[in-house]
Amino acid sequence: MEIIKIGMAGTLESCDASVLVEPPGEGAPGLSLEIQCPDRRFAGHVERAVREALAEAGVASARVSVRDRSALDCTIRARVLAACNRASGKATS
Amino acid sequence: MIARLRRTMLFVPGNNPAMVKDAHIYGSDSIIFDLEDSVSPGEKDAARLLVRCSLEALDYGRTERVVRPNALDTPWAVADIQAMVAAGIDVVRLPKTETPGDIRQLEELVAEAERTSGRPAGSVRLMAALESPLAVINAYEIAKASPRMVAIALSAEDYVTCLKTTRSREGVELAEARGRIVIAAKAAGLMAIDTVFSDVADEEGFAREVALVKQMGFDGKSVINPNQIPVVHAAYLPRKEEVLKARRILQAAEEAEARGSGVTSLDGKMIDKPIVERARRVLELAGEA
Repeated sequence: MEIIKIGMAGTLESCDASVLVEPPGEGAPGLSLEIQCPDRRFAGHVERAVREALAEAGVASARVSVRDRSALDCTIRARVLAACNRASGKATS
Repeated sequence: MIARLRRTMLFVPGNNPAMVKDAHIYGSDSIIFDLEDSVSPGEKDAARLLVRCSLEALDYGRTERVVRPNALDTPWAVADIQAMVAAGIDVVRLPKTETPGDIRQLEELVAEAERTSGRPAGSVRLMAALESPLAVINAYEIAKASPRMVAIALSAEDYVTCLKTTRSREGVELAEARGRIVIAAKAAGLMAIDTVFSDVADEEGFAREVALVKQMGFDGKSVINPNQIPVVHAAYLPRKEEVLKARRILQAAEEAEARGSGVTSLDGKMIDKPIVERARRVLELAGEA
């Protein structure tokens, strides 16, 4: 899946995650992740969930920013997939 | 085997992660994940993904998982149904059902989704929400439109708008629709589910409405607030003496059957098939086989 524009999904409400996906920077292909967690101890876990969802979406090159609000893995997955669909222009909302 | 109860069907907004993940902890018989009215048009895709991922990941225990997709005449309905069936939903509750053709169209979409997702054919059940005068007139035909149907439900807000009236505390504007829906459901062998009671602060009015619809023959009620669940369950819970009597009736009926008789008596009163069926219903509501 190619990221062609900015896509956002989710909120900053408790138990949610706000995800922003955008095209990679010029001359910087690949994945670039920025994760914000209320508790840094879970940042690694959240990053793993984000990377799994990006792989599921087939996104190999993008800048991804996640502001987590103690979301479950399934919520992170849903928000990353939604943001990727929107950023690829494939969202069918 | 204990029949499935649908005393309470709790609506949960499909794009709210906190409510979606905790929907089962309040003890309703069913959860309705809502992709329709509680989700804005710009968030339909995100809500669909959130409910799908939650269904695939979370254990909702014995609570029945129902989805309210968007109506068939919207651009979201097909994707909603495909995603929910693939994610393992138990029941699809179609909003704005007006004709038996709507249910047949839904059935085709569900059957196709079962095929493509590898789920057993016929495993997803259907419900119809009746929200217009035409739907109420067609209630029996809608109820009979598919062998997958398990219930029909009144959805009052759109219905009273069609009638060009408003909802009252007494509910006189809903009396005809409720009566027709109960009769149609029972004639078709389905459950009848009553509409939501929107004023969550009016506990007395809610309890009065629950008592009314239970007496009319409704099997349960759609609810929008977890605080409404225990009120409904308490109203449907048989009294101790009713349970004791039901047990004695079933015992007398079993003894009569062993003797080869279809009728017997208990405390000087005849026990026949309708009385036995009512006794079974009492024990179902009491949580006994």
